[in-house]
Amino acid sequence: MNLTLQIWRQKGPNDKGQMVDYKVNDISEHMSFLEMIDVLNEQLVASGDEPVAFDHDCREGICGMCSMYINGEAHGPDRGITTCQLHMRMFNDGDTITIEPFRAAAFPVIKDLVVDRTAFERIQQAGGFISVNTSGNTQDANALPISKHDADEAMDAATCIGCGACVATCKNSSAMLFVGAKVSQYALLPQGQIEATDRAANMVAQMDLEGFGNCTNTGACEVECPKGISLTNIARLNRELMKAACKS
Amino acid sequence: MAILDSKVPKGPIKDKWTTYKDKINLVNPANKRNIDIIVVGTGLAGGSAAATLAEQGYNVKAFAYQDSPRRAHSIAAQGGINASKNYMGDGDSDYRLFYDTVKGGDYRSREANVYRLAEVSGNIIDQCVAQGVPFARDYGGLLDNRSFGGVLVSRTFYAKGQTGQQLLLGAYSAMNRQIARGKIQMFNRHEMLDVVVVDGKARGIITRNLITGEIERHSAHAVVIASGGYGNVYYLSTNAMGSNATAAWKVHKKGAFFANPCYTQIHPTCIPRSGDYQSKLTLMSESLRNDGRIWVPKNIEDAKAIQQGKLKPTAIAEENRDYYLERRYPAFGNLVPRDVASRAAKERCDAGYGVNATGEAVYLDFKSAIHRYGKEQALLHGIKNPSEAKIIELGEKIIEEKYGNLFQMYEKIVAENPYKTPMMIYPATHYTMGGIWVDYNLMTTIPGLYAIGEANFSDHGANRLGASALMQGLADGYFVLPNTIGDYLSHEIRTGKIATDSAEFEAAEKAVKERLDFFINNKGTHSVDYFHKKLGQVMWNKVGMSRNEKDLKEAISEIKAIREDFWKNVKVTGKLDDFNQELEKAGRVADFLELGELFALDALNRAESCGGHYREESVVQEGEQKGEALRDDDNYAYVAAWEYQGEPSKATLHKEHLEFKDIELKQRSYK
Repeated sequence: MNLTLQIWRQKGPNDKGQMVDYKVNDISEHMSFLEMIDVLNEQLVASGDEPVAFDHDCREGICGMCSMYINGEAHGPDRGITTCQLHMRMFNDGDTITIEPFRAAAFPVIKDLVVDRTAFERIQQAGGFISVNTSGNTQDANALPISKHDADEAMDAATCIGCGACVATCKNSSAMLFVGAKVSQYALLPQGQIEATDRAANMVAQMDLEGFGNCTNTGACEVECPKGISLTNIARLNRELMKAACKS
Repeated sequence: MAILDSKVPKGPIKDKWTTYKDKINLVNPANKRNIDIIVVGTGLAGGSAAATLAEQGYNVKAFAYQDSPRRAHSIAAQGGINASKNYMGDGDSDYRLFYDTVKGGDYRSREANVYRLAEVSGNIIDQCVAQGVPFARDYGGLLDNRSFGGVLVSRTFYAKGQTGQQLLLGAYSAMNRQIARGKIQMFNRHEMLDVVVVDGKARGIITRNLITGEIERHSAHAVVIASGGYGNVYYLSTNAMGSNATAAWKVHKKGAFFANPCYTQIHPTCIPRSGDYQSKLTLMSESLRNDGRIWVPKNIEDAKAIQQGKLKPTAIAEENRDYYLERRYPAFGNLVPRDVASRAAKERCDAGYGVNATGEAVYLDFKSAIHRYGKEQALLHGIKNPSEAKIIELGEKIIEEKYGNLFQMYEKIVAENPYKTPMMIYPATHYTMGGIWVDYNLMTTIPGLYAIGEANFSDHGANRLGASALMQGLADGYFVLPNTIGDYLSHEIRTGKIATDSAEFEAAEKAVKERLDFFINNKGTHSVDYFHKKLGQVMWNKVGMSRNEKDLKEAISEIKAIREDFWKNVKVTGKLDDFNQELEKAGRVADFLELGELFALDALNRAESCGGHYREESVVQEGEQKGEALRDDDNYAYVAAWEYQGEPSKATLHKEHLEFKDIELKQRSYK
């Protein structure tokens, strides 16, 4: 198929940036979306132009590196996937596709489609862990039975890949789903319960500091999340926050 | 010729590690605060090492080319992690895990290292559970296990099909705790471009800030390389796009020996490639072989019809299917080790029985597992005389619970429903057992320079068993290196800060800058990817699953020619002091173009078949094992450690002879 691409080009953090049109031809429906961009970039290099900068690494939907708005949607039109798992069979010959970076105040653009998501790092550093040393002097793993239900729910929360689609999709640029997932994973497990309320309070405080907005329960984050992280995790985060407020 | 000293402690194998730890030198807590350690790479090995070293009190500087340690490619490991817990009560033990690993590696690993790995494996699980890693559990609340290829017990712990992700996030959380305390200084989007050796000791690295393009000097009392494997030398592999060998290759060029580069794992269950535009290949976890049965059509006419799209696999009757692994290896069936399964697939496809348009695919079929589970579920739910549809419905639910995310991944890529029609799979490059040579302390031949995880030549010999990479990465990072590094650093407590203005730092930085300048100013004709793809083709066709003398000799000269062409005609767009992904790739491909040649040279030198290295000249000629790979223990029971001499093909070979005191050397049989 032949396509027109409208891509956000921005030389650096201080550049204003603009949409630029490109044409790509003979795109196979079996190509992944990023392979289609590879084709465009090869064309650009051949003509001596600078290729489009975009984040990507594992290309199998787990590293969370790829991040794009495609036709106005984080990770594009398909559900339950990242951009690297999106395939061209979702598009038609002659389509015009717009491609932009994730837009959020807390995710400044570095170049073209690449954004800075280190705000997520600082949120994790504020409390996204269980305070246990890696000394190897922990008790036997089976000394602490955990109900399968809780373990499974913790696992569902833990599958977050930190891509930022939830933030990019949210009209408030809220990171509540991201924070809720981490807080939930640990709050559901006995190992994590000791620090659960402090963790929630500290991570949310950092989230606010980074300039993420608040949650108004629209639920767009859940829809666009490539890993299907449920809104329940935000409810659980709020519960932990309430507990923290009561405690202090 | 220098003698390689593996520094394996004396004494019975079961006591070596404990006795050794009791006797090595320690650094007192006050002195640890004055010692800096650089860790390059933040996957399972690097992340766990950085966290543990920081907890111990050292000042750690950690480097990752991604924007977060959480994105290292360990994250993509699916199936699980082995540990000799014997929770299933099926006869597992440290010795059995040790034995399976040495045998699975085709007797080309160092016994003492492997035993130590088995010994600490149980502790990894304890540690991870304490960190909140949500491993799969049974209804009693205890940890569940599954089985992997090449073994007869169930010892694999897992978190759905995302075990690597969960373990990495565990190590990442431990790192975050130390970053918050300032004990780890994290350098995201930084790439190491050279190591600095001062007075014979590793004292620092030169890095490039990938956002600004700035070249930086970082010094330390020890440097740890945890940068993963070099599978991307094949261009197409299951590695991440950015996975590269630059850190490993740079230290090799500065004096660290590179061991067994030809030992590469070609993983049997990957999604077949669909076209020339393909940028990477996707793995389907080996755990699928627990329930999936591998087959091709028995009749060549059926295979042809399938290749032409005229026949559906579901239309082929049971008696016309060739479950070739079950046929050839009745004892292990679909769970033979990876190297054996890969070659068997290639053999069938080369004979014309491949099942997609390219003829390079075999089926992985879940139909009988769905039936088996469905019937069991019907019994459990008290459903009498269940209908066929009910059985399938119940069975599919179980399969979804076990492998849901993998099935979804497959469906998104191939656009076929693997619950209804068999998956198509084909082998692809996945893991490299070879790497930087290290002694028992995990130190390279450069004092103060360590290599851990996939980056070292490691414990897997010539073939790695499934679910053992995660085990080794975490064992090295959490439990081995943090002990052994103290022995070296105890001599560094009086050294003081390492200056970065020495002539050695100056020279290393200058060389890095000159190379980058060259790329930007060389107004060539072809993109970096053009050369990378050419290299990949030579590697796959001549240094791939099946190798012979003629091909390997050709490969060496062809790689050399591609390299010369690259240095003349490569075209790198953009600027030096800017975010420039073409420039990043150029440096990595330049190093692959050298490593590939050493790889082929090592494969040529090793005229035996062992593990993932299959030489067509070395096969069993007669008897039950006819056609199987033939090892040559008399001539090749050694680690080939190569010393750089100005050009890859001129490298000098050093041999570390492998002694087998606790395991009898046997020809592997999975019949």
